[in-house]
Amino acid sequence: MHDDHHDHGHDHGLYEVDPLHYHPPQPDLEDSKLTHHQIMQMAVAELLIEKNIITADELRAQVDFMDSITPARGATLVARAWTDPAFKQRLVADSKKAAAEIGMELGPIPILVMENTPKVHNLIVCTLCSCYPKMLLGTPPDWYKSRSYRRRAISEPRKVLSEFGTDLSDDIELRVHDSTADMRYMVLPMRPDGTEGMDEAALAALVTRDCMVGVALPRA
Amino acid sequence: MSARYNTGDAVRVRTAFPPGHCRTPFYCRGKSGTIVRYCGEFRNPEELAYGAYEGPLTPMYRVRFAQTDLWPDYDGPAQDKCEIEIYEHWLVPAEGADHA
Repeated sequence: MHDDHHDHGHDHGLYEVDPLHYHPPQPDLEDSKLTHHQIMQMAVAELLIEKNIITADELRAQVDFMDSITPARGATLVARAWTDPAFKQRLVADSKKAAAEIGMELGPIPILVMENTPKVHNLIVCTLCSCYPKMLLGTPPDWYKSRSYRRRAISEPRKVLSEFGTDLSDDIELRVHDSTADMRYMVLPMRPDGTEGMDEAALAALVTRDCMVGVALPRA
Repeated sequence: MSARYNTGDAVRVRTAFPPGHCRTPFYCRGKSGTIVRYCGEFRNPEELAYGAYEGPLTPMYRVRFAQTDLWPDYDGPAQDKCEIEIYEHWLVPAEGADHA
């Protein structure tokens, strides 16, 4: 085996361990020091369970549910809005009510749906922390939480968009929404040309997370 | 508590630097903008952060700013905007605004 690795200098037998050929082990989860907030979170979770306020199963189920959310939820709403103008109006007016029509629960935090038009493009950021429409898009990508994105998306958003490969014409108004407080935001992108014959499911497949944060545009 | 401002009102963010937690970004303090939406009443995060969960509800708005007002060296076109959620006690009527 490993015939193609002649410069490797030695051969590995299937069960042979070469003590000189050392690969540093990946650290296990417990190998990094717990942060203050991790300790507090564990302590609060243990107390809530110990005092019978929630059960371990309820806690597990909630984490399981949050991890199960993907941008497909947001894409479902976008595709419905593209095919049903009346639904789009209701979605922009009150996303919680509109989502409930198709049996989708958006939770207690209001999510404002910001509609892109030929004249306006919307972009979402949270400069103070990393607020994100988790009930529609799931867990945010690392770049969304980075200091670099949070600082630059607000002060030089066109440069940031162009680094994402999205070049915005100068006659479009770019609106950046800073999620500073009690609202969350999702961008409703424009339906791309060439999608006239597509059904809702096919349209939803075009709507990615990045399109609903506003750093990209859907393509047919 | 009833909302003091209406959509379309010109407002300015107070230039204040209180100690402790708050959700009013530094970059908009002292800047003028326009109310574009009344969001409803919420607990004040400056009290919530210190365990005062039963404090009064406070009106909160979305305020739209011109990017060129927020960033002196903004390199995009003049029509670009930024919208921020701001609690009422951080807002005053903009100078020259027709508002009580």
